[in-house]
Amino acid sequence: MSEGIILGIVVFTLATFLGFELIQRVPPTLHTPLMSGSNAISGITIVGALIIAGGDFGWISQYVGFGAVVLAMINVVGGYTVTDRMLRMFRKDPEES
Amino acid sequence: MMPAGLAPLIYLVSAALFIMGMKRLQSPDTARNGNMMSGIGMLIAIVVTLLDQQILSFQVIIAGVVVGGGLGFWMARSVKMTSMPQMVALLNGFGGGASLLVAGAEFLKADMTGAPLAIETNVTIQLGSLIGSVTLTGSFIAFLKLQELMTGKPVTFPLQKTFNALVFLSILALAIWQVVTPGQQVEIYYAMAGLSLLLGVLLVIPIGGADMPVVIALLNSYSGIAAAMTGFVIDNQVLIVAGALVGSSGLILSNIMCKAMNRSLANVLFGAFGGDSAGGSSKSSEGLTVNEVSVEDAALRLAYARLVIVVPGYGLAVAQAQHVVRELADLIKKNGGEVKYAIHPVAGRMPGHMNVLLAEAPSGRRRVGDRGQRCRQSGGSQRSIQPDLRHADSRRRECPEHHRHEAQHEPGVCRHPERVVLSSKDVHVVW
Repeated sequence: MSEGIILGIVVFTLATFLGFELIQRVPPTLHTPLMSGSNAISGITIVGALIIAGGDFGWISQYVGFGAVVLAMINVVGGYTVTDRMLRMFRKDPEES
Repeated sequence: MMPAGLAPLIYLVSAALFIMGMKRLQSPDTARNGNMMSGIGMLIAIVVTLLDQQILSFQVIIAGVVVGGGLGFWMARSVKMTSMPQMVALLNGFGGGASLLVAGAEFLKADMTGAPLAIETNVTIQLGSLIGSVTLTGSFIAFLKLQELMTGKPVTFPLQKTFNALVFLSILALAIWQVVTPGQQVEIYYAMAGLSLLLGVLLVIPIGGADMPVVIALLNSYSGIAAAMTGFVIDNQVLIVAGALVGSSGLILSNIMCKAMNRSLANVLFGAFGGDSAGGSSKSSEGLTVNEVSVEDAALRLAYARLVIVVPGYGLAVAQAQHVVRELADLIKKNGGEVKYAIHPVAGRMPGHMNVLLAEAPSGRRRVGDRGQRCRQSGGSQRSIQPDLRHADSRRRECPEHHRHEAQHEPGVCRHPERVVLSSKDVHVVW
Protein backbone atom coordinates (compact mmCIF):
# COMPACT_ATOMS: atom_id res chain seq x y z
CA MET A 1 0.00 0.00 0.00
CA SER A 2 1.21 3.47 -0.80
CA GLU A 3 1.87 6.08 1.84
CA GLY A 4 -0.99 8.19 0.54
CA ILE A 5 -3.62 5.60 1.29
CA ILE A 6 -2.27 4.94 4.79
CA LEU A 7 -2.26 8.63 5.58
CA GLY A 8 -5.80 8.78 4.20
CA ILE A 9 -6.96 5.97 6.48
CA VAL A 10 -5.38 7.70 9.49
CA VAL A 11 -7.07 10.98 8.63
CA PHE A 12 -10.40 9.24 8.02
CA THR A 13 -10.31 7.44 11.35
CA LEU A 14 -9.34 10.51 13.36
CA ALA A 15 -11.96 12.65 11.62
CA THR A 16 -14.62 10.04 12.37
CA PHE A 17 -13.82 10.20 16.09
CA LEU A 18 -13.81 13.98 15.91
CA GLY A 19 -17.22 13.87 14.25
CA PHE A 20 -18.61 11.69 17.04
CA GLU A 21 -17.33 14.14 19.65
CA LEU A 22 -18.66 17.19 17.83
CA ILE A 23 -22.14 15.87 17.17
CA GLN A 24 -22.88 14.24 20.48
CA ARG A 25 -23.23 17.64 22.13
CA VAL A 26 -25.64 19.16 19.65
CA PRO A 27 -29.04 19.62 21.35
CA PRO A 28 -32.04 17.88 19.74
CA THR A 29 -33.47 21.31 18.88
CA LEU A 30 -30.76 21.75 16.30
CA HIS A 31 -30.80 18.28 14.81
CA THR A 32 -32.60 19.24 11.61
CA PRO A 33 -30.26 22.14 10.76
CA LEU A 34 -27.36 19.90 11.76
CA MET A 35 -28.48 17.31 9.29
CA SER A 36 -28.94 19.71 6.41
CA GLY A 37 -25.70 21.49 7.33
CA SER A 38 -23.63 18.33 7.43
CA ASN A 39 -25.38 17.30 4.24
CA ALA A 40 -24.04 20.45 2.64
CA ILE A 41 -20.55 19.54 3.85
CA SER A 42 -20.82 16.18 2.11
CA GLY A 43 -21.07 18.25 -1.07
CA ILE A 44 -17.28 18.61 -0.73
CA THR A 45 -17.19 16.02 -3.48
CA ILE A 46 -17.57 19.13 -5.70
CA VAL A 47 -13.77 19.27 -5.58
CA GLY A 48 -13.56 15.96 -7.40
CA ALA A 49 -16.32 17.01 -9.76
CA LEU A 50 -14.49 20.21 -10.72
CA ILE A 51 -11.27 18.33 -11.41
CA ILE A 52 -13.12 15.94 -13.75
CA ALA A 53 -15.12 18.67 -15.49
CA GLY A 54 -12.09 20.91 -15.90
CA GLY A 55 -9.87 18.18 -17.30
CA ASP A 56 -9.35 17.18 -20.89
CA PHE A 57 -11.00 13.79 -21.00
CA GLY A 58 -13.47 14.16 -23.85
CA TRP A 59 -16.97 12.96 -23.13
CA ILE A 60 -16.07 12.02 -19.56
CA SER A 61 -15.33 15.64 -18.74
CA GLN A 62 -18.19 17.00 -20.81
CA TYR A 63 -21.00 14.76 -19.61
CA VAL A 64 -19.97 12.87 -16.49
CA GLY A 65 -18.03 15.87 -15.17
CA PHE A 66 -20.86 18.26 -15.94
CA GLY A 67 -23.38 15.97 -14.23
CA ALA A 68 -21.15 15.66 -11.18
CA VAL A 69 -20.67 19.44 -10.92
CA VAL A 70 -24.42 20.06 -11.26
CA LEU A 71 -25.36 17.48 -8.60
CA ALA A 72 -22.63 18.58 -6.19
CA MET A 73 -23.50 22.26 -6.64
CA ILE A 74 -27.18 21.60 -5.91
CA ASN A 75 -26.06 19.77 -2.78
CA VAL A 76 -23.70 22.54 -1.66
CA VAL A 77 -25.72 25.64 -2.49
CA GLY A 78 -29.07 24.09 -1.56
CA GLY A 79 -27.71 22.65 1.68
CA TYR A 80 -26.11 25.83 2.98
CA THR A 81 -28.97 28.09 1.90
CA VAL A 82 -31.67 25.97 3.47
CA THR A 83 -29.68 25.52 6.67
CA ASP A 84 -29.21 29.26 6.91
CA ARG A 85 -32.94 29.75 6.38
CA MET A 86 -33.69 27.47 9.30
CA LEU A 87 -31.05 28.85 11.62
CA ARG A 88 -32.21 32.39 11.00
CA MET A 89 -35.45 31.39 12.70
CA PHE A 90 -33.62 30.03 15.71
CA ARG A 91 -31.97 33.30 16.65
CA LYS A 92 -32.85 34.27 20.18
CA ASP A 93 -33.34 37.99 19.64
CA PRO A 94 -35.25 38.82 16.47
CA GLU A 95 -34.38 42.51 16.85
CA GLU A 96 -30.76 41.86 15.98
CA SER A 97 -31.49 40.73 12.45
CA MET B 1 -2.19 30.22 -10.51
CA MET B 2 -0.73 29.00 -7.28
CA PRO B 3 2.62 27.49 -6.45
CA ALA B 4 2.49 23.70 -6.30
CA GLY B 5 2.18 22.26 -2.82
CA LEU B 6 0.19 25.16 -1.48
CA ALA B 7 -3.20 23.67 -2.31
CA PRO B 8 -3.15 20.91 0.37
CA LEU B 9 -2.47 23.53 3.04
CA ILE B 10 -5.38 25.66 1.92
CA TYR B 11 -7.59 22.57 1.84
CA LEU B 12 -6.57 22.12 5.46
CA VAL B 13 -8.00 25.56 6.22
CA SER B 14 -11.28 24.40 4.67
CA ALA B 15 -11.29 21.27 6.80
CA ALA B 16 -10.65 23.35 9.93
CA LEU B 17 -13.54 25.66 9.01
CA PHE B 18 -15.85 22.64 8.63
CA ILE B 19 -14.88 21.40 12.08
CA MET B 20 -15.31 24.82 13.70
CA GLY B 21 -18.59 25.30 11.89
CA MET B 22 -19.92 22.01 13.19
CA LYS B 23 -18.79 22.86 16.68
CA ARG B 24 -20.73 26.10 16.52
CA LEU B 25 -23.89 24.19 15.70
CA GLN B 26 -23.98 23.17 19.35
CA SER B 27 -25.84 26.30 20.39
CA PRO B 28 -28.70 28.15 18.70
CA ASP B 29 -26.83 31.44 19.22
CA THR B 30 -23.73 30.47 17.27
CA ALA B 31 -25.28 28.00 14.88
CA ARG B 32 -25.95 30.41 12.03
CA ASN B 33 -22.45 31.73 12.24
CA GLY B 34 -21.15 28.15 12.26
CA ASN B 35 -23.05 27.34 9.10
CA MET B 36 -21.56 30.43 7.52
CA MET B 37 -18.05 29.32 8.50
CA SER B 38 -18.59 25.92 7.02
CA GLY B 39 -19.90 27.58 3.85
CA ILE B 40 -16.78 29.72 3.63
CA GLY B 41 -14.71 26.55 4.04
CA MET B 42 -16.55 25.10 1.06
CA LEU B 43 -16.01 28.25 -0.99
CA ILE B 44 -12.29 28.18 -0.22
CA ALA B 45 -12.08 24.53 -1.26
CA ILE B 46 -13.83 25.32 -4.56
CA VAL B 47 -11.65 28.35 -5.32
CA VAL B 48 -8.44 26.48 -4.54
CA THR B 49 -9.49 23.65 -6.83
CA LEU B 50 -10.20 26.09 -9.63
CA LEU B 51 -6.84 27.81 -9.21
CA ASP B 52 -4.94 24.57 -9.02
CA GLN B 53 -3.06 23.39 -12.09
CA GLN B 54 -5.36 20.48 -12.84
CA ILE B 55 -8.08 22.63 -14.36
CA LEU B 56 -7.59 23.09 -18.08
CA SER B 57 -10.89 24.44 -19.34
CA PHE B 58 -13.64 26.30 -17.59
CA GLN B 59 -16.62 26.05 -19.96
CA VAL B 60 -18.07 22.84 -18.53
CA ILE B 61 -17.37 24.03 -14.99
CA ILE B 62 -19.09 27.37 -15.47
CA ALA B 63 -22.11 25.71 -17.05
CA GLY B 64 -22.33 23.16 -14.25
CA VAL B 65 -21.87 25.69 -11.49
CA VAL B 66 -24.52 28.00 -12.92
CA VAL B 67 -27.07 25.24 -13.50
CA GLY B 68 -26.42 23.39 -10.23
CA GLY B 69 -25.99 26.47 -8.08
CA GLY B 70 -29.12 28.07 -9.53
CA LEU B 71 -31.20 24.95 -9.03
CA GLY B 72 -29.92 24.47 -5.49
CA PHE B 73 -30.60 28.08 -4.55
CA TRP B 74 -34.06 28.01 -6.05
CA MET B 75 -34.94 24.75 -4.27
CA ALA B 76 -33.64 26.02 -0.95
CA ARG B 77 -35.57 29.27 -1.19
CA SER B 78 -38.85 27.81 -2.32
CA VAL B 79 -39.10 24.74 -0.11
CA LYS B 80 -41.66 24.82 2.68
CA MET B 81 -40.45 24.13 6.20
CA THR B 82 -42.88 21.22 6.46
CA SER B 83 -41.19 19.67 3.42
CA MET B 84 -37.71 19.95 4.90
CA PRO B 85 -37.17 16.19 5.28
CA GLN B 86 -37.87 15.61 1.58
CA MET B 87 -35.54 18.43 0.70
CA VAL B 88 -32.71 17.02 2.81
CA ALA B 89 -33.33 13.57 1.32
CA LEU B 90 -33.12 14.97 -2.19
CA LEU B 91 -29.97 17.01 -1.53
CA ASN B 92 -28.44 13.97 0.07
CA GLY B 93 -29.20 11.90 -2.99
CA PHE B 94 -27.57 14.50 -5.23
CA GLY B 95 -24.45 14.45 -3.06
CA GLY B 96 -24.29 10.67 -3.32
CA GLY B 97 -24.90 10.88 -7.05
CA ALA B 98 -22.05 13.35 -7.44
CA SER B 99 -19.71 11.00 -5.59
CA LEU B 100 -20.80 8.14 -7.83
CA LEU B 101 -20.13 10.20 -10.95
CA VAL B 102 -16.71 11.32 -9.73
CA ALA B 103 -15.67 7.78 -8.85
CA GLY B 104 -17.08 6.51 -12.14
CA ALA B 105 -15.31 9.23 -14.12
CA GLU B 106 -11.99 8.31 -12.50
CA PHE B 107 -12.54 4.73 -13.50
CA LEU B 108 -13.51 5.55 -17.09
CA LYS B 109 -10.65 8.02 -17.31
CA ALA B 110 -8.17 5.28 -16.48
CA ASP B 111 -9.80 3.12 -19.13
CA MET B 112 -9.57 5.93 -21.68
CA THR B 113 -5.97 6.93 -21.06
CA GLY B 114 -4.79 3.38 -20.48
CA ALA B 115 -2.99 4.38 -17.31
CA PRO B 116 -3.18 1.48 -14.85
CA LEU B 117 -5.10 2.12 -11.64
CA ALA B 118 -3.34 1.45 -8.37
CA ILE B 119 -5.09 -1.35 -6.53
CA GLU B 120 -6.13 0.84 -3.60
CA THR B 121 -7.51 3.47 -5.96
CA ASN B 122 -9.50 0.77 -7.66
CA VAL B 123 -10.85 -0.50 -4.33
CA THR B 124 -11.95 2.97 -3.28
CA ILE B 125 -13.53 3.59 -6.69
CA GLN B 126 -15.64 0.46 -6.22
CA LEU B 127 -16.56 1.43 -2.65
CA GLY B 128 -17.32 5.03 -3.60
CA SER B 129 -19.50 3.91 -6.50
CA LEU B 130 -21.36 1.39 -4.34
CA ILE B 131 -22.06 3.80 -1.49
CA GLY B 132 -22.76 6.73 -3.81
CA SER B 133 -25.28 4.66 -5.79
CA VAL B 134 -27.08 3.40 -2.70
CA THR B 135 -27.24 6.98 -1.39
CA LEU B 136 -28.60 8.28 -4.69
CA THR B 137 -31.45 5.84 -5.22
CA GLY B 138 -32.13 5.26 -1.51
CA SER B 139 -32.54 9.00 -0.95
CA PHE B 140 -34.75 9.25 -3.98
CA ILE B 141 -37.07 6.55 -2.63
CA ALA B 142 -37.07 8.30 0.75
CA PHE B 143 -38.02 11.50 -1.06
CA LEU B 144 -40.87 9.77 -2.90
CA LYS B 145 -42.17 8.29 0.33
CA LEU B 146 -42.03 11.57 2.22
CA GLN B 147 -43.54 13.52 -0.66
CA GLU B 148 -46.26 10.84 -0.70
CA LEU B 149 -45.62 10.12 -4.35
CA MET B 150 -45.39 6.48 -3.36
CA THR B 151 -46.90 4.55 -0.50
CA GLY B 152 -45.49 5.24 2.93
CA LYS B 153 -46.20 1.66 3.91
CA PRO B 154 -43.37 -0.86 3.89
CA VAL B 155 -43.11 -2.53 0.49
CA THR B 156 -42.31 -6.19 1.02
CA PHE B 157 -42.17 -9.29 -1.10
CA PRO B 158 -41.38 -12.92 -0.35
CA LEU B 159 -37.74 -13.76 0.27
CA GLN B 160 -36.93 -10.04 0.25
CA LYS B 161 -33.98 -10.28 2.62
CA THR B 162 -32.53 -13.22 0.75
CA PHE B 163 -32.90 -11.35 -2.52
CA ASN B 164 -31.27 -8.21 -1.07
CA ALA B 165 -28.42 -10.28 0.32
CA LEU B 166 -27.93 -11.89 -3.09
CA VAL B 167 -27.82 -8.49 -4.80
CA PHE B 168 -25.30 -7.27 -2.24
CA LEU B 169 -23.12 -10.35 -2.62
CA SER B 170 -23.20 -10.01 -6.42
CA ILE B 171 -22.03 -6.41 -6.08
CA LEU B 172 -19.18 -7.54 -3.84
CA ALA B 173 -18.25 -10.32 -6.23
CA LEU B 174 -18.20 -7.98 -9.23
CA ALA B 175 -16.17 -5.39 -7.31
CA ILE B 176 -13.63 -7.97 -6.16
CA TRP B 177 -13.37 -9.38 -9.67
CA GLN B 178 -12.79 -5.86 -10.98
CA VAL B 179 -10.00 -5.25 -8.48
CA VAL B 180 -8.14 -8.53 -8.90
CA THR B 181 -8.19 -8.68 -12.71
CA PRO B 182 -5.65 -6.43 -14.42
CA GLY B 183 -7.02 -3.58 -16.52
CA GLN B 184 -10.49 -2.07 -16.46
CA GLN B 185 -13.57 -4.10 -17.28
CA VAL B 186 -16.01 -1.35 -18.12
CA GLU B 187 -19.01 -3.68 -18.48
CA ILE B 188 -18.34 -5.18 -15.08
CA TYR B 189 -18.17 -1.70 -13.61
CA TYR B 190 -21.50 -0.73 -15.16
CA ALA B 191 -23.09 -3.94 -13.88
CA MET B 192 -21.71 -3.26 -10.39
CA ALA B 193 -22.98 0.33 -10.39
CA GLY B 194 -26.37 -0.73 -11.78
CA LEU B 195 -26.83 -3.37 -9.09
CA SER B 196 -25.78 -0.82 -6.46
CA LEU B 197 -28.45 1.58 -7.70
CA LEU B 198 -30.96 -1.26 -7.42
CA LEU B 199 -29.73 -2.06 -3.92
CA GLY B 200 -30.47 1.50 -2.79
CA VAL B 201 -34.09 1.08 -3.89
CA LEU B 202 -34.38 -2.37 -2.32
CA LEU B 203 -32.98 -1.23 1.02
CA VAL B 204 -35.39 1.68 1.46
CA ILE B 205 -38.71 0.35 0.12
CA PRO B 206 -39.34 -1.99 3.09
CA ILE B 207 -38.96 0.87 5.55
CA GLY B 208 -42.15 2.61 6.56
CA GLY B 209 -42.78 6.32 6.11
CA ALA B 210 -42.70 6.92 9.85
CA ASP B 211 -39.15 5.61 10.05
CA MET B 212 -37.90 7.86 7.27
CA PRO B 213 -36.10 10.24 9.68
CA VAL B 214 -33.75 7.44 10.64
CA VAL B 215 -33.24 6.52 7.01
CA ILE B 216 -32.42 10.09 6.04
CA ALA B 217 -29.88 10.37 8.84
CA LEU B 218 -28.33 7.10 7.77
CA LEU B 219 -28.24 8.10 4.11
CA ASN B 220 -26.67 11.36 5.20
CA SER B 221 -23.98 9.28 6.81
CA TYR B 222 -23.58 7.26 3.59
CA SER B 223 -23.24 10.39 1.48
CA GLY B 224 -20.41 11.48 3.77
CA ILE B 225 -18.67 8.14 3.48
CA ALA B 226 -19.10 8.24 -0.30
CA ALA B 227 -17.46 11.68 -0.34
CA ALA B 228 -14.61 10.32 1.81
CA MET B 229 -14.14 7.42 -0.61
CA THR B 230 -13.98 9.94 -3.45
CA GLY B 231 -11.30 11.68 -1.42
CA PHE B 232 -9.26 8.47 -1.42
CA VAL B 233 -9.78 8.12 -5.16
CA ILE B 234 -8.56 11.60 -6.06
CA ASP B 235 -6.09 11.59 -3.15
CA ASN B 236 -7.48 14.69 -1.45
CA GLN B 237 -7.49 14.98 2.34
CA VAL B 238 -10.20 17.60 2.66
CA LEU B 239 -12.73 15.22 1.12
CA ILE B 240 -11.66 12.52 3.54
CA VAL B 241 -11.98 14.80 6.58
CA ALA B 242 -15.31 16.32 5.55
CA GLY B 243 -16.71 12.98 4.49
CA ALA B 244 -15.71 11.29 7.73
CA LEU B 245 -17.24 14.12 9.78
CA VAL B 246 -20.55 13.79 7.95
CA GLY B 247 -20.35 10.01 8.09
CA SER B 248 -20.03 9.92 11.85
CA SER B 249 -22.58 12.66 12.45
CA GLY B 250 -25.21 10.84 10.41
CA LEU B 251 -24.52 7.64 12.28
CA ILE B 252 -24.91 9.35 15.64
CA LEU B 253 -28.15 10.99 14.61
CA SER B 254 -29.64 7.71 13.43
CA ASN B 255 -28.63 6.13 16.70
CA ILE B 256 -30.13 8.93 18.79
CA MET B 257 -33.38 8.58 16.88
CA CYS B 258 -33.54 4.84 17.26
CA LYS B 259 -33.00 5.20 20.99
CA ALA B 260 -35.77 7.79 21.16
CA MET B 261 -38.10 5.29 19.55
CA ASN B 262 -36.88 2.46 21.78
CA ARG B 263 -35.81 0.42 18.81
CA SER B 264 -32.55 -0.80 17.41
CA LEU B 265 -31.14 0.40 14.11
CA ALA B 266 -31.40 -3.15 12.76
CA ASN B 267 -35.09 -3.23 13.68
CA VAL B 268 -35.71 0.02 11.82
CA LEU B 269 -33.80 -1.07 8.73
CA PHE B 270 -34.96 -4.64 8.44
CA GLY B 271 -38.12 -4.77 10.52
CA ALA B 272 -40.53 -3.52 7.79
CA PHE B 273 -42.20 -1.53 10.53
CA GLY B 274 -43.57 1.94 10.99
CA GLY B 275 -46.00 2.03 8.08
CA ASP B 276 -48.76 3.65 10.06
CA SER B 277 -48.60 5.76 13.13
CA ALA B 278 -49.42 3.33 15.90
CA GLY B 279 -53.03 4.10 16.71
CA GLY B 280 -55.04 1.75 18.86
CA SER B 281 -52.47 0.66 21.41
CA SER B 282 -53.95 1.28 24.79
CA LYS B 283 -51.16 0.13 27.06
CA SER B 284 -47.63 1.45 27.06
CA SER B 285 -44.67 -0.69 27.92
CA GLU B 286 -44.66 0.66 31.46
CA GLY B 287 -48.23 -0.47 31.90
CA LEU B 288 -49.76 3.02 31.76
CA THR B 289 -53.16 3.16 30.19
CA VAL B 290 -53.99 5.60 27.40
CA ASN B 291 -57.55 6.88 27.42
CA GLU B 292 -59.11 8.76 24.57
CA VAL B 293 -61.77 11.15 25.73
CA SER B 294 -64.36 13.33 24.10
CA VAL B 295 -63.79 17.04 23.61
CA GLU B 296 -66.23 17.98 26.40
CA ASP B 297 -64.61 15.57 28.80
CA ALA B 298 -61.19 16.89 27.89
CA ALA B 299 -62.32 20.46 28.46
CA LEU B 300 -63.60 19.51 31.88
CA ARG B 301 -60.43 17.72 32.84
CA LEU B 302 -58.22 20.48 31.51
CA ALA B 303 -60.21 23.04 33.47
CA TYR B 304 -59.39 21.26 36.72
CA ALA B 305 -55.93 20.01 35.87
CA ARG B 306 -53.06 21.30 37.91
CA LEU B 307 -50.40 20.48 35.39
CA VAL B 308 -50.90 19.98 31.67
CA ILE B 309 -48.15 18.83 29.36
CA VAL B 310 -48.70 19.44 25.68
CA VAL B 311 -46.88 17.10 23.35
CA PRO B 312 -47.10 18.70 19.92
CA GLY B 313 -46.87 16.56 16.81
CA TYR B 314 -46.41 17.14 13.12
CA GLY B 315 -50.17 17.61 12.63
CA LEU B 316 -50.21 20.59 14.97
CA ALA B 317 -47.63 22.44 12.94
CA VAL B 318 -49.19 21.56 9.61
CA ALA B 319 -52.58 22.75 10.84
CA GLN B 320 -50.92 25.97 12.09
CA ALA B 321 -52.59 25.25 15.41
CA GLN B 322 -49.92 26.94 17.51
CA HIS B 323 -52.07 29.93 18.39
CA VAL B 324 -55.03 27.75 19.39
CA VAL B 325 -52.81 25.80 21.74
CA ARG B 326 -51.54 29.10 23.06
CA GLU B 327 -55.08 30.28 23.80
CA LEU B 328 -55.85 26.99 25.48
CA ALA B 329 -52.75 27.33 27.61
CA ASP B 330 -53.80 30.84 28.62
CA LEU B 331 -57.20 29.57 29.66
CA ILE B 332 -55.71 26.76 31.71
CA LYS B 333 -53.37 29.19 33.41
CA LYS B 334 -56.28 31.49 34.19
CA ASN B 335 -57.91 28.56 35.95
CA GLY B 336 -54.81 28.07 38.05
CA GLY B 337 -53.23 25.25 36.09
CA GLU B 338 -49.69 25.01 34.90
CA VAL B 339 -48.84 24.29 31.26
CA LYS B 340 -45.67 22.72 30.01
CA TYR B 341 -44.53 21.53 26.62
CA ALA B 342 -42.54 18.50 25.68
CA ILE B 343 -41.29 17.77 22.20
CA HIS B 344 -40.23 14.28 21.33
CA PRO B 345 -36.85 14.33 19.56
CA VAL B 346 -38.32 12.62 16.51
CA ALA B 347 -41.60 14.52 16.46
CA GLY B 348 -42.23 15.79 12.97
CA ARG B 349 -40.63 13.98 10.11
CA MET B 350 -36.98 14.25 10.92
CA PRO B 351 -34.98 14.80 14.10
CA GLY B 352 -35.66 18.26 15.48
CA HIS B 353 -38.13 18.97 12.69
CA MET B 354 -40.80 20.06 15.17
CA ASN B 355 -38.52 22.77 16.52
CA VAL B 356 -37.94 24.11 13.05
CA LEU B 357 -41.67 24.14 12.31
CA LEU B 358 -42.46 25.95 15.52
CA ALA B 359 -39.62 28.38 15.08
CA GLU B 360 -41.03 29.31 11.71
CA ALA B 361 -43.73 31.50 13.23
CA PRO B 362 -41.98 34.86 12.92
CA SER B 363 -43.15 36.59 16.08
CA GLY B 364 -43.42 35.79 19.75
CA ARG B 365 -39.92 34.45 19.98
CA ARG B 366 -39.20 36.30 23.16
CA ARG B 367 -37.71 34.95 26.27
CA VAL B 368 -39.87 32.85 28.51
CA GLY B 369 -40.46 35.65 30.98
CA ASP B 370 -42.23 38.14 28.75
CA ARG B 371 -43.66 35.92 26.11
CA GLY B 372 -47.25 36.42 27.25
CA GLN B 373 -47.63 40.07 26.36
CA ARG B 374 -45.49 39.80 23.28
CA CYS B 375 -47.58 37.06 21.80
CA ARG B 376 -50.78 38.88 22.45
CA GLN B 377 -49.51 42.04 20.82
CA SER B 378 -48.37 40.31 17.71
CA GLY B 379 -51.83 38.83 17.29
CA GLY B 380 -53.38 36.68 14.63
CA SER B 381 -52.30 33.29 13.51
CA GLN B 382 -48.65 34.11 13.96
CA ARG B 383 -48.76 33.84 17.70
CA SER B 384 -46.32 31.24 18.73
CA ILE B 385 -45.80 28.90 21.60
CA GLN B 386 -42.31 28.30 20.41
CA PRO B 387 -40.28 29.69 23.32
CA ASP B 388 -41.77 27.23 25.76
CA LEU B 389 -41.27 24.43 23.34
CA ARG B 390 -37.71 25.17 22.60
CA HIS B 391 -36.85 25.25 26.24
CA ALA B 392 -38.92 22.24 27.14
CA ASP B 393 -37.29 20.21 24.48
CA SER B 394 -33.66 20.50 25.42
CA ARG B 395 -34.31 19.08 28.83
CA ARG B 396 -36.92 16.55 27.94
CA ARG B 397 -34.69 13.59 27.45
CA GLU B 398 -31.99 13.79 30.00
CA CYS B 399 -32.93 15.65 33.09
CA PRO B 400 -29.47 16.30 34.55
CA GLU B 401 -28.37 17.66 31.22
CA HIS B 402 -30.85 20.41 30.73
CA HIS B 403 -29.31 22.98 32.99
CA ARG B 404 -26.47 23.21 30.60
CA HIS B 405 -28.70 24.23 27.72
CA GLU B 406 -31.23 26.49 29.36
CA ALA B 407 -30.01 27.51 32.75
CA GLN B 408 -32.60 30.18 33.39
CA HIS B 409 -35.46 27.75 33.26
CA GLU B 410 -36.88 26.14 36.37
CA PRO B 411 -36.53 22.36 36.40
CA GLY B 412 -40.15 21.24 36.47
CA VAL B 413 -40.60 18.58 33.89
CA CYS B 414 -38.17 16.19 35.45
CA ARG B 415 -40.39 15.28 38.34
CA HIS B 416 -42.73 13.44 35.98
CA PRO B 417 -45.96 14.72 37.53
CA GLU B 418 -48.06 14.26 34.38
CA ARG B 419 -51.73 14.72 34.82
CA VAL B 420 -53.01 15.44 31.35
CA VAL B 421 -51.30 14.93 28.06
CA LEU B 422 -52.72 16.59 24.98
CA SER B 423 -51.62 15.45 21.58
CA SER B 424 -52.22 17.34 18.39
CA LYS B 425 -54.89 15.36 16.60
CA ASP B 426 -57.15 14.00 19.30
CA VAL B 427 -57.09 14.47 22.97
CA HIS B 428 -55.31 11.75 24.88
CA VAL B 429 -55.33 11.85 28.60
CA VAL B 430 -52.88 9.90 30.70
CA TRP B 431 -53.75 9.44 34.35
